[in-house]
Amino acid sequence: MQKLISFFIVGVIFGITMSKSEAVSWFRIHEMFRFESFHMYGIIGTAVVLGIIIINTMKKLKIKTLRDTFVTYLPMKLNIKRHLIAGTIFGFGWALSGSCPGPMLVMLGHGFTIFLVVLLGSIIGTFVYAEVRDKLPH
Amino acid sequence: MIFLSTGDGLIHLASQPWHWAFSGAMIALVLFLLTWMGRKFGLSSLYRNVCTIAGAGKRNSFFDIDIRDEYWRMAFAAGAIVGGFIAAHFLASPEPVQISEATIQHLHKWGIAYPQGQGYIAREILNFSPRGVLFALLGGFFIGFGARYGSGCTSGHAITGLSHLQLPSLITVIGFFIGGLTMTWVIMPLIFG
Repeated sequence: MQKLISFFIVGVIFGITMSKSEAVSWFRIHEMFRFESFHMYGIIGTAVVLGIIIINTMKKLKIKTLRDTFVTYLPMKLNIKRHLIAGTIFGFGWALSGSCPGPMLVMLGHGFTIFLVVLLGSIIGTFVYAEVRDKLPH
Repeated sequence: MIFLSTGDGLIHLASQPWHWAFSGAMIALVLFLLTWMGRKFGLSSLYRNVCTIAGAGKRNSFFDIDIRDEYWRMAFAAGAIVGGFIAAHFLASPEPVQISEATIQHLHKWGIAYPQGQGYIAREILNFSPRGVLFALLGGFFIGFGARYGSGCTSGHAITGLSHLQLPSLITVIGFFIGGLTMTWVIMPLIFG
């Protein structure tokens, strides 16, 4: 339970960050895809550069996680077609709804109830993927 | 720095829109905390968990997973909702989101007014009219389907995967932009233009 509370608190930090960074704004996402502001690129770029430094430092120093494991990543099978198609479909939804799996939860917290519908759509999309996955290139 | 000396000052400071560099650093902090806690930062699997809890594992082995290993993600997701609530109610910026003048002008041509909804939501697109619900459902569907097909979303691939220098994640992120740019520049102009 204590562990779950810790994850909950990290989630709160994430929710506040996504809100105050304005990354949950439909308008910020639209502006990003129109290349009319540096804001979103600055956020993602900073997070990725710091992320690379943090993750690789943790790996180099062989820092143990709280679950007594080392920081590792099981690479996914490289299938360019699959990842391009999957990414493109996801991108359609990202631009249309101005949201993605994390921000749609944060927006619910803001009280924008229409995101219940976006959430429902995501669950349906996940379910339909599982139903047709045998027919898709992987 | 005087601001930092009192709790009120801190809240005042946090209530301003955050600079992109600080925002990015805070996302990196979340990545660090989750990694240090032995988990991988990623949210889209939550929607798979929901299917599992709803009993989809009986129908499709894709959902037949040990849900106990996913409790942390549900706690994290619950926190994200509460974080949104806290930000909206206690840390709201005095001004709506300051998007660029060029974007405002362009949206005006589509009949989308700005600012509105504190600059967070375009109500002309996402609303409870039949058309608005369809866009919300479709948007969500693409996100859920694409994230599962590519085994990750913006947090899982663009943040975690790229931080681990994973090529599949880079290709997926390129896909995110192919899809996002196509939707923004080709499909949406046909609908709203």
